[in-house]
Amino acid sequence: MSVRVVLPAHLRTLARAGAEVKVDVVGPVTQRAVLDALEADYPMLRGTIRDHDTQRRRAFLRLFACGEDLSHESPDARLPDAVASGAEPLLVVGAMAGG
Amino acid sequence: MSQVRVLVGTRKGAFVLTSDGARERWDVSGPHFGGWEIYHLKGSPADPNRLYASQSSSWFGQVIQRSSDGGRTWETVGNKFAYDGVTGTHLWYDGTPHPWEFARVWHLEPSLTDPDTVYAGAEDAALFRSTDGGQSWQELPGLRTHPSASVWQPGAGGMCLHTILVDPIHPGRMFVAISAAGAFRSDDAGTTWRPINRGLRSEQIPDPTAEVGHCVHRIAMHPSRPDVLFMQKHWDVMRSDDAGESWREVSGNLPTDFGFPIDVHAHEPETIYVVPIKSDSEHYLPEGKLRVYRSRTGGHEWEPLTKGLPQSHCYVNVLRDAMAVDTLDPCGVYFGTTGGQVYASADAGDHWAPIVRDLPSVVSVEVQTLR
Repeated sequence: MSVRVVLPAHLRTLARAGAEVKVDVVGPVTQRAVLDALEADYPMLRGTIRDHDTQRRRAFLRLFACGEDLSHESPDARLPDAVASGAEPLLVVGAMAGG
Repeated sequence: MSQVRVLVGTRKGAFVLTSDGARERWDVSGPHFGGWEIYHLKGSPADPNRLYASQSSSWFGQVIQRSSDGGRTWETVGNKFAYDGVTGTHLWYDGTPHPWEFARVWHLEPSLTDPDTVYAGAEDAALFRSTDGGQSWQELPGLRTHPSASVWQPGAGGMCLHTILVDPIHPGRMFVAISAAGAFRSDDAGTTWRPINRGLRSEQIPDPTAEVGHCVHRIAMHPSRPDVLFMQKHWDVMRSDDAGESWREVSGNLPTDFGFPIDVHAHEPETIYVVPIKSDSEHYLPEGKLRVYRSRTGGHEWEPLTKGLPQSHCYVNVLRDAMAVDTLDPCGVYFGTTGGQVYASADAGDHWAPIVRDLPSVVSVEVQTLR
């Protein structure tokens, strides 16, 4: 499955990638599988979305798709079919803040 | 022809400022890593084109960048800073035990001899080392597991290991400083550590002369004489002549002895520089005047250096890692402010001029002298 992922601006710069990247996911399309594939393609993103060891999402990041906040879903829950099919992207979103 | 390269870390990116040995005309490159906090960047003494930068963000955590061409291009290297073994606890602000949590790298100190070896000072306080050019990091846990560590407490900026000095003469000797634990020394290349805070007096802690708990802001040494250390403590400018075994106050006639940076002239080991700040509750300059103070006597007797610096309505701060010297003759002195100015003096502090005036708030300044 080719899954679309939209990165926040600072991670695009870090990954030297465009706003949207595509990653190939083998097996069920879950948050964990997508982020594993993303980090495999862009190793410089390791530790910036999830903690290296615990794999917990960093506190100021959220994961949105299809108009829903999926941040608190299990990382092993299947993502919506529209994400798995590539019709809709998974959005990695940084919390809004000033300064 | 000599060149000087000034490496500036700011709250919103890194800047590289270069000049020839006259230090009058400057080329400004940056921002590198725009929008990210760059706590520190520093070049390897063994290979001046090898630079390391600490890039961090509350959103995205820690990133380490490495350059092999003097800052023209950069590559990300390892950013996994894992404490070694059981992390234990230190004291939190409210006095309760709090587990060690990695937040960021405050300071990167490349080895004097190997471009691929670099030390990293972290918050929460720990010392890490990489021997593969930053690709992987291993903690030197003897510091964090010192018996006193369970009562270390963070300063207002976090419990940060912000100063790393590698002794160029005594093999294996290193010094570090932690806010607000104090200064520590290792004589076995970082394996074991002991506090070196005898003579410090801090009225803000229950036992003013305790072995640990002092808010040391910065330590500096001259490489030719590493047994002599100079310290800017929270309050008090201090000096040690025995590699930290004991300290004595040398604040002398300073208008205030609160401040953050301290540095030593490249060719005069008894000439030192500080920037007095009004107080610990008013982190700005006294009287609205930006004055660097210089002592040519290793402390006690200080003179204000003001030529070219604003002498009215100036209320910036100069942070602990934001002063450095080059090794040209006359010695160049550099510092950056929280107002985004980077000032340079090409005559040991007698005259100053801004290299840039409007950068983001400056966190760190380092200088490389390229020959």
